[in-house]
Amino acid sequence: MKILVGVKRVVDYAVKIRVKPDRSGVVTEGVQHSMNPFDEIALEEAVKLKEKKLATEVVAFSLGGPKSAEVLRTALAKGADKAVHVQVTDAEAGKLESFHVAKALQKIVEQEKFDAVFLGKQAIDDDSSQTAPILAGLLEWPQALYASKVEDAGAGHMKVTREIDGGLDTIKVKVPFVLSADLRLNEPRYATLPNIMKAKKKPLKNIPIKDLNVDITPQTETLEVTEPPVRQAGGFVDDVSALVAKLKEKGFVKA
Amino acid sequence: MSTSTTKILKQAMNIISTIRSSYSTATAVSISRHCEDFTGTPPPVNLLTENELFFADTVRKFSKDVVKPLVREMDKYSKMSPIVTQGVFENGLMGVHVPEEYGGSGSSFFNAMIVIEELAKTDPSVSAMVGIHNTLPVSMIIDYGTEEQKLKYLPRLCSDSLASFCISESGAGSDAFALKTIAKRDGDHFLISGTKMWITNSGEAQVFVVFANADPSQKYKGITCFIVERSADGLTVDKEEDKLGIRASSTCQVHFDNVRVHKSAILGEYGKGYKYAIECLNAGRIAIGAQMIGLAQGCFDQTIPYLQQREQFGQRLIDFQGLQHQIAQARTEIEAARLLVYNAARMKEYGIPYVREAAMAKLFASQVATSTSAQCVKWLGGVGFTKEFPAEKFYRDAMIGEIYEGTSNIQLNTIAKLIDNEYKWKN
Repeated sequence: MKILVGVKRVVDYAVKIRVKPDRSGVVTEGVQHSMNPFDEIALEEAVKLKEKKLATEVVAFSLGGPKSAEVLRTALAKGADKAVHVQVTDAEAGKLESFHVAKALQKIVEQEKFDAVFLGKQAIDDDSSQTAPILAGLLEWPQALYASKVEDAGAGHMKVTREIDGGLDTIKVKVPFVLSADLRLNEPRYATLPNIMKAKKKPLKNIPIKDLNVDITPQTETLEVTEPPVRQAGGFVDDVSALVAKLKEKGFVKA
Repeated sequence: MSTSTTKILKQAMNIISTIRSSYSTATAVSISRHCEDFTGTPPPVNLLTENELFFADTVRKFSKDVVKPLVREMDKYSKMSPIVTQGVFENGLMGVHVPEEYGGSGSSFFNAMIVIEELAKTDPSVSAMVGIHNTLPVSMIIDYGTEEQKLKYLPRLCSDSLASFCISESGAGSDAFALKTIAKRDGDHFLISGTKMWITNSGEAQVFVVFANADPSQKYKGITCFIVERSADGLTVDKEEDKLGIRASSTCQVHFDNVRVHKSAILGEYGKGYKYAIECLNAGRIAIGAQMIGLAQGCFDQTIPYLQQREQFGQRLIDFQGLQHQIAQARTEIEAARLLVYNAARMKEYGIPYVREAAMAKLFASQVATSTSAQCVKWLGGVGFTKEFPAEKFYRDAMIGEIYEGTSNIQLNTIAKLIDNEYKWKN
C-alpha cells in the first residue's frame, strides 16, 4: 500500500491569533508556523503502517507557498520517504480552498498511483474539514473520516474506528481509500536529530500548480474576519439570596 | 638558499604563527574568508540555516513536552528523571556531531551548541548532562579514538550510555594539571589510582574518560587519557553532591583503587593527555557559553509575560520606564553573549583558531546568565523569591557558569595572555 499524506503549513497552535487591522484576515507575518497538528497525526499513522509492513511507501504532499517546504522537511524527518510540493505564490496560498487542495491531491494520486490518502480531519486555521470528503468524491473512493484507530482487516480491506457524536463507529473500507485522522488516533513522534540529517538526502519534488492544470480561482470571498466577542467579566455576590435576586433580575429564574 | 635567508624566513613564520595563535579578529576574518572562499559578505553569525532552525525547533518541542513538566521535581529531589535520560538518547541528542557510521546524528558542532542552548531554556541541568556528554567525552573519542575505540564506544554513547569526563581533583581544579591520580604501568596494563571530584554525569555514567599521570617524573607531560568502563574492578562512585544549582545533573566523586586497564584503553597517544584536555576544554567553554545564553534567555522568556500582566499604580510593570531600561539592557546583553558564543562555535567549525573567542564567550555568557537571572528575580518581586516561579531556579543554576570548565578568572587569564601575545608583534 502506497500512502500519500497531506500536510499543511499553519500558524502554530500555541500562537495567540491576532486579526489584521483591516479585518481582511489574521496576522501571519513574523508568526511561528508549523505542521497542522491533525496532519502530524495522519503522517504518524502512515509511518506506523509502514513500520508494520502494511504500507510500502509514505509520500508527504503540501500545496502552498515557498515556506511549505519547511513542513515537508519535517514530514521527511518524521518518516516520510519522499515529498511533493505543489507550488503556488504566497498570495495564492492565502486564497486556497479545500476544493483546490482536493483537486491537486486527485491529480497527484492519479499520476503516482497511490492506494490511500491520509489527511488530518481539519486544518486548525480554516477548520473546514472538507478536503478529505471532497477528495473521496473526486476519486470515487470510500472514506473513513475522524479515524481514531486503523487496523488491517485483510483481503484488501482496512478496519477503521471513527469518532462520532454518538460514540465510536467501526467500519471496514476497501483499499484504495481516503482517511482523515482524529486527535486520539496516535501520539506523533518527534523528528529525531539523526532523522533530520537523513531528511536532507530524501527527495523533495517541486511541481508548479500550473503543471497540474488545476484551476485555483477562489470560489468564495472573505468579507470580514473579526475577533470573537470579549467575555464579560463576572461579578461577586454576598450570599445565596443575592445570587437568586441577580438571576431573577437577569431573567434566568422565574419568580 | 643561504642560511641567513632561511633564518629570516623561519623568524617570519614564527611571527605569523604567533599572530595567528593570538586569534585577532582580523586574522579570523581573513582565514574564514579563505576557508569559505567568500566573494560577497559573510552571512550574519546568528543567521541560522534551515537545518539549524529545524534542530532548534525539535529540541524546543522536546523540552516543552518532556522536560518542562519534570523540572521542579528533578530539582527538588536532585535526580534526573529516567524519562528525560531516555528521551535525550531516543531523540539523538547524545551524539549530535557523532558521524552516522558510529550511530550519531552526523551533524555539526554548531548544532550541538543549539541543542545545549535550547535545553537550557527549560532546564540547565538537562543541558549540562547533554552538553558535557557531547562536548567532552564523546568529542574526545571522536577526535582521538582509534577506529576500534570508536566502533566500541560511540554507538553506545549515542544510544543508551552516559559518559563522564574525569579530570578535576580536590587539589586540581583551576590548576587542572596538578592532578594526583596516577596510572602505574604493569606489563600491558596500567593500574589507575586516585580520586576525581566534581564529576558531571558520574552518577549514571557507564563510560569514563579519565586523566591520570602515567609518568609523574615528566610532570604534566606524563598525563595520559584512558577510557574506563563503570564495571571495572576498583572503580566506585560516591554519593551525589548536594548542590546549589543544576541539582538534577549528577555530580559525584569517582574513586579509582588500582583499576586495571589494558594499554588499548589509552585514548590518543601516551603522555598527550594534557594537550587533549586543553583542546577539549576550549570547545567545552563554548558549550558552557551556549548553556548560559539558553539559561538567560529561558529565564527572561518566562519573566516578561508576568511583567506584561502585573499591574501596580494603575499600569503594567513593563510600562514603568525604570524597568523598561533594565529589560532592554538585559536583552541586549543576552544578544551580545549569543553573538560571542555563535561566533566562537562557527570559528571552531571553520577550523579557525578560537581559544580567545571561546574564553570570551564563556566568560561573558556566564556573567550575563548570572545578572539576567538575578534581575528577573527582582523584577518579579515577591513571587520571584518563591519556587512557584522558575526565576529562582535559573538564578541558582546560573551560579555554576562562572565556576566550572574554567572559572571567570581563568578565562580572564587566558584572554589577557593572548592579548599580550597579539600586541608583542604590533610594536
